[in-house]
Amino acid sequence: MPEQSLTQTYPTRWKRPPVLLTNPLWRRVIAVGALVYLVLAIQTVEVDWQRVYLGLERGWRFVQGFLVPDFTTRWNDIYYGLIESLTMTLTSTVAGVLISIPIGIGAARNLAPAPVYLACRSIITLSRSFQEIIIAILLVAMFGFGPFAGFLTLTFASIGFLSKLLAEEIEDCDHSQIEAIRATGASWWQVVNYAVQPQVMPRLVGLSLYRMDINFRESAVIGIVGAGGIGATLNTAIDRYEYDSAGAILIIIIAIVLVVEYSSSYIRRWFQ
Amino acid sequence: MIHASSNEQPLWQHHSAKQTLLRWLGWFWLVAITVVSWQVMNENTIWAFVSDAPEQAVDIGSRMFPPAWGYISNLWEPLWDTINIATLGTLLGIIFAIPVAFLAATNTTPSTRFVRPVALLVIVASRSINSLIWALLLVAIIGPGLLAGIVAIGLRSIGFIAKLLYEAIEEIDESQVEAVRATGASGVQVIDYAIVPQILPAFWGISVFRWDINIRESTILGLVGAGGLGIQLNASLSTLAWNQVAMIFVVILGTVVISEWVSARVREAVL
Repeated sequence: MPEQSLTQTYPTRWKRPPVLLTNPLWRRVIAVGALVYLVLAIQTVEVDWQRVYLGLERGWRFVQGFLVPDFTTRWNDIYYGLIESLTMTLTSTVAGVLISIPIGIGAARNLAPAPVYLACRSIITLSRSFQEIIIAILLVAMFGFGPFAGFLTLTFASIGFLSKLLAEEIEDCDHSQIEAIRATGASWWQVVNYAVQPQVMPRLVGLSLYRMDINFRESAVIGIVGAGGIGATLNTAIDRYEYDSAGAILIIIIAIVLVVEYSSSYIRRWFQ
Repeated sequence: MIHASSNEQPLWQHHSAKQTLLRWLGWFWLVAITVVSWQVMNENTIWAFVSDAPEQAVDIGSRMFPPAWGYISNLWEPLWDTINIATLGTLLGIIFAIPVAFLAATNTTPSTRFVRPVALLVIVASRSINSLIWALLLVAIIGPGLLAGIVAIGLRSIGFIAKLLYEAIEEIDESQVEAVRATGASGVQVIDYAIVPQILPAFWGISVFRWDINIRESTILGLVGAGGLGIQLNASLSTLAWNQVAMIFVVILGTVVISEWVSARVREAVL
């Protein structure tokens, strides 16, 4: 008798339980929904296979251009584009950080009164809701072509990013330190300077460097709508079907992104 | 740091003399380079255009308002295209990102010396190039249309998803891998039973997060001809129909808000 019950309580077959979506009905509904969507979505994609076939030759030329890039023919254009991109990146990051610090402090619930908090939060939402390209289109229409419009675009986008993360960092501060400084009779400015600033400084440096990295990548894009920088050069190169120059520009962009990324992680370690 | 001041009273200072000097030097260089950059950047800026920007802004603003609400009937189909570009592009990215992530993670890669650097290079190349640039290239290569947009979004997503996924794989609990391996499981079975269940929540979170970003990016891919709302945007911009542009902005904003909400809810449920 005991042997029999033993074999009954331990099944010999095991079926893995689902990790997510434990309800079988939901699993089925979601699977069927996904399948129906896929069929509908793929039907909307009209592919002109003849055009794709013709394009393969161009694609191959692009791969060749990437493998054997041509840095020299358009070097002057590339050089000016790069200088515009790099100067735009630095100035917009510095301006963005300078403007973000007061807005970030204003958007921190533990430091700012309610009306200031709401005003700063709405600035952040406004800046974050549109992406760089759309802002660039508007600013180019207002300020004319060139890197100045790009500078304004990147500054505007940096403000939303940096202020939001800075405000979150300030809200996560260690409260006992703020209380301790306040207990010495410190004014609001002194609390910010001696209790908050030392706690958020390493993070602020890290975020600024990260934003600089993003700003460089974006500076390579907003040139497509006329806001200056290496993107404009790249757009021209592709329009002229000069894939070897385009390959050279892409390689330069990748290299600079790599350098910025590695040096910023190095500098961040130094500050923490 | 305690310093003796002139009247022999100990005075507290934040930094030592050397630290202060270094700090001043750092700030000096930062300011100097920024000023020089500003000068170089604005060499060709026409300040007359900049100074009349407020008038331009008022002019454009008055043309934008009220938005052309009726224009929305032309926007449903591009909106559907935009969502398809983002979703199918994300799927394409996921399909390629999974193997790349396993090849890049130190604990699953077949060779840290040969395979891992290649996988990391794929990730870096995909991540450093914006999807709009990928679209620019692909429109030139395979022609304008949805396919170029989907491939562009896919190529850009590979690096993002693979990077976050391989970091998740590197953070898994190795004891579970060991336990499954001890039962005599093959390599595939170890991945299936020990690694996949541990990274699955992170995987869904990352994918939905990227999908949300891709919705944003696919709204403007049409600017270079890769399908979706951007094509209408480009057409309205080149005819200076600012009230249609305003309508498109409203649609883009609405789509982005909804996709962000969906992605936040899904990530909340999964993580």
